[in-house]
Amino acid sequence: MKITQISVFLENRKGRLYEICSMLGKADINIRALTIAETEAFGVLRIVVDRPADAIELFRRNSVTANQTEVVAVEIPDQPGGLARVLGILADHDVNVEYMYGFVEKFSENALLVFRFDNPEYAHQVLRQNAIKVVGERDIQGL
Amino acid sequence: MIWNEPVETMPLEDLKNLQSERLVKLCRYVYDKCSVYRRKFDAHGVNPSDIRSIDDITKLPFTNKIDMRDNYPFGLFSVPRTALVEIHVSSGTTGNPTLVGYTRNDIELWSEVMARTLCCAGARTDDTVQIAYGYGLFTGGLGFHYGALKMGLTIIPTSSGQTKRQLKIMQDFKPRILCCTPSYCLYMAEEAREIGIDPRTSSWNIGIFGAEPWSESMRSEIEGTWNMLATDVYGLSEIIGPGVSQECHYKDGLHIFSDVFYPEIINPDTGRPVPDGEDGELVITTLTKEGIPLIRYRTRDIVSMTTQPCRCGRTSPRTSKIKGRTDDMIVVRGINVFPSQIEEVLLGIEGTQPHYQIVIDRQAHQLDEVEIMVEVDEKIFSDEIKQMRSLEKKIKKEIEAVLSIGVTVRLVEPKTIQRSEGKAKRVVDKRQL
Repeated sequence: MKITQISVFLENRKGRLYEICSMLGKADINIRALTIAETEAFGVLRIVVDRPADAIELFRRNSVTANQTEVVAVEIPDQPGGLARVLGILADHDVNVEYMYGFVEKFSENALLVFRFDNPEYAHQVLRQNAIKVVGERDIQGL
Repeated sequence: MIWNEPVETMPLEDLKNLQSERLVKLCRYVYDKCSVYRRKFDAHGVNPSDIRSIDDITKLPFTNKIDMRDNYPFGLFSVPRTALVEIHVSSGTTGNPTLVGYTRNDIELWSEVMARTLCCAGARTDDTVQIAYGYGLFTGGLGFHYGALKMGLTIIPTSSGQTKRQLKIMQDFKPRILCCTPSYCLYMAEEAREIGIDPRTSSWNIGIFGAEPWSESMRSEIEGTWNMLATDVYGLSEIIGPGVSQECHYKDGLHIFSDVFYPEIINPDTGRPVPDGEDGELVITTLTKEGIPLIRYRTRDIVSMTTQPCRCGRTSPRTSKIKGRTDDMIVVRGINVFPSQIEEVLLGIEGTQPHYQIVIDRQAHQLDEVEIMVEVDEKIFSDEIKQMRSLEKKIKKEIEAVLSIGVTVRLVEPKTIQRSEGKAKRVVDKRQL
């Protein structure tokens, strides 16, 4: 149960993030989760949206460099030590986390985090074996 | 002082006879010794016996950088490799670099024309000279070295860089002559002021500046800043290195040593000669070189030329400063850069050729800076910053390895680079030369 993340290449210049977000807004595409990684010169915007295929098509039409990555959305109990427990299990199984970030909304009583793993298949298996809930594409659309 | 008075002030008629005699000999020599030239002559329908005087030179085919590349490394040479005592390499447009080699006599020729160059700028035999052109595969440093050695000057071979040390050496040993690129000279003035040296009090009286284009306004600035005479030197490694032509203190054109490097100015499109004083491409024939003689070599440099003898007494023709290029070569910190070299690197890295642009800038009194803008398309884009950074670093490292100068690489969004009529503009030169 992997979900699609869209990454967008952004130059560090004023108003660029606004342009990208309003592009999505006008197309009625909703951002569910986002994070930005940046250097002095450029940044990478990573988002999870309700209609990834449409978003990709939109970016392509507007000459925005974007690509899709498979990420895993994991439910984390919203309590002290909740995230640590999950990370502990991943570490014990040698699962490498490239990066992670949180969803905008809460999912049931749990927090929802996006994980980018170098090996999503294996990560998924480890999570399932340890009864950690992974959320699918459809669940996200319904948020 | 004129280094070789009999030759440099030779009456024009005698000079012409000497050139004719040398050209006749040269044609026979390359036809005999070099199969590439033999094929070129044959294909062009010309035989050495057709060449009886210098006026017949227009019957000969041109040579250009592509001939050098196609016959890399030693195909265009007229001597076996064992006869060479030194080789130098400069950048080529793509693939192979441009290789040149010198026999012992060629080094003697180089020393001779560089001694003439130094004298033409105003050097005297009791002078000390600071040579701040790079020593190594670049011909600048060693060319001046050989000339100064022949003249018997005291040489300080500082090579380029290490500005504070250059300045200390200037203060301690008081050289009267400085040889370096003009932009480096201005850069040194900034450094000098920073460490409390007034450039106007320097020991340098005469500067011999070249290896990159520079203007009259830059000359005034150098002369005003350093209180020195700033003269222009011209050369290219294919012909010999520095020492093809040099300004005298009248600064009224560069004296081309035409008894050994015969100049023609042609219309680059038609290949026909242009009248005296009109702009055209400089074409040079090396009349006496042994290792890799070049016949009617297309320099791609646009100049004008006058055959009127100069007030200094030298009778050789004089060319203007370089007014432009017929190709897209740019000169940065004395290094020749072709956009095609950068294209090759980008192609090699990702198997794709992203849009790119080379931006060259020079802040006041600073050295040239090169920025390579590369548009990020889906093929080279990654969601991981570390991969993007390593791509940036890889591009930088490989371009620097090819060009031998430092560059900055900037990854930009698609369509950032301006396109004119759909075609990307590859080079933006913001320098105020």
